[in-house]
Amino acid sequence: MDLGDLRLGTAHALVSESLGERLPAPEAQPAVYLQALIDGLCELSLKDPLTGLHNRRYLNAVLESEIDRVARTGEAALLLIIDIDYFKNVNDTHGHPVGDQVLQAVGQAIRACMRPMDTVARYGGEEFAVILPACQFGFGKRVAERVRRAIKAAQVAVSPALTLNVTASIGGAYTIEWIRSTTALWTDRADAQLYKAKQSGRNRACIEEPPDSTVTADEKNMLLAPLYKASGWDDLSSNETLNHGSAH
Amino acid sequence: MAAPTESPSMPGAPPVASAPAAASSAQDGRPIQSTGARIVAVTSGKGGVGKTFVSANLAAALARRGHRVLVLDADLGLANLDVVLNLYPKLTLHDVITGKAQLDEVVVPTPGGFSVVLAGSGMVEYSRLTPEVRNELLRVIEQLTPHYDVMLLDTGAGISDVVLFSVSLASEVLVVATPEPTSLTDAYAAIKVLAAQQDRQHIRLVVNQTARPGDGRAITSQLQQVLNRFVATGSGQPLRLIHMGDIPADPSVRDAVMRRQLLVQHMPGSPAALAVSQLAGKFESTLLPPAS
Repeated sequence: MDLGDLRLGTAHALVSESLGERLPAPEAQPAVYLQALIDGLCELSLKDPLTGLHNRRYLNAVLESEIDRVARTGEAALLLIIDIDYFKNVNDTHGHPVGDQVLQAVGQAIRACMRPMDTVARYGGEEFAVILPACQFGFGKRVAERVRRAIKAAQVAVSPALTLNVTASIGGAYTIEWIRSTTALWTDRADAQLYKAKQSGRNRACIEEPPDSTVTADEKNMLLAPLYKASGWDDLSSNETLNHGSAH
Repeated sequence: MAAPTESPSMPGAPPVASAPAAASSAQDGRPIQSTGARIVAVTSGKGGVGKTFVSANLAAALARRGHRVLVLDADLGLANLDVVLNLYPKLTLHDVITGKAQLDEVVVPTPGGFSVVLAGSGMVEYSRLTPEVRNELLRVIEQLTPHYDVMLLDTGAGISDVVLFSVSLASEVLVVATPEPTSLTDAYAAIKVLAAQQDRQHIRLVVNQTARPGDGRAITSQLQQVLNRFVATGSGQPLRLIHMGDIPADPSVRDAVMRRQLLVQHMPGSPAALAVSQLAGKFESTLLPPAS
């Protein structure tokens, strides 16, 4: 095969400019050159050009493989979705170039909080996602809190006269040990937590709690009241219900 | 957080992990989707509420209606299927998992016209779900489903990882509860976890040992009200409880268990046996294609 027959100019320019990599000389070893070009294109197709983080395509692939891994190994994994608060204001007030700078700074702040094995991706406009494999229940809250603080602390130097600060809201959900989930269910659950974080005032992290099997006194009273009533023991139970009711 | 570079690989990852049967479910998501048997997990919050009695007699009643039914001891050797059915096969699931037997050797026909796979007492040592046991269970179920119309998973009580895992494989969950406060509270706790953890849209309920007609329906609606008020599901949709029937308290149940006979076979006219037959009818009309 003669490389001259292929239209490689655009691909060559994309890979060498976007990745800043030196491609091997085409003539010496055509196969090595082509492989490097293809690798470069693959890498580009999985990256977000603005932040240099992974993009949604890559994120989806990792979500799938992580679900498979959790179902087989039983190690919980955590998905965080991070959304910059009032980002539209930044764009509206300072313009899109400044908005882009903020996105880059936030992306870096998130990346700096994570382990090398974690996948950090730009999920959408001002949304980021992180997949943390082998993350036990209980750690999630701490990681999310660390990310939240890091974003809040990041100073975005827009100009000598202007430094911007933003905050972010974070939602997180675990894959359940041993149980095969789906990407849709998993991201929906993390999204639900993000919504909760936004609703409860922003600049906070909400992580889905592991399934809770405790039954509160209120639940028990409501559940069992008819049973006690039917057996003539209702006086005691209705009193308890009243007491619990007034305590709230 | 410490930064382990890589998660430890499974020691001696079982070859089944890449076997076609296990691999197929990897794409399907959960529960196991197959053209074969309808997989129903029979579970309860509390032990001793008649889970195995219901599994075995429901299986017999469905078999009598012409369905091919298999009951699998998904309590890994702790289910009392062997006792209820008076069956003590030489080979069990344990022998399949340890490579001493083929799967078809452990499928045992019962006098009730259905088949069972018993876990074997050796399985008790697997009180925790290891990847190997998990993959084996998955493989066994996937290989068996094409041959049956209904597969009942007789699971353990409560909320252990084994129970949650076997329930996650089933497309339908049947919770057995009795009208005692402890049983109801534990059933409620189990349903709550299933709702949150597995995004179930509905859970079926049978109330065993009821004192009066209408008890089961009242209990179901009470459970439903408490769920509506206190339990948020993963999907945000309210979880719906479906009342499948009641089985009245009936001394003949005890007689049948003591004699190690199936109630629906040996005392088909007893109130409890009639109730189980009715339950099978409801099962058939809501869950199954007509028997061929």
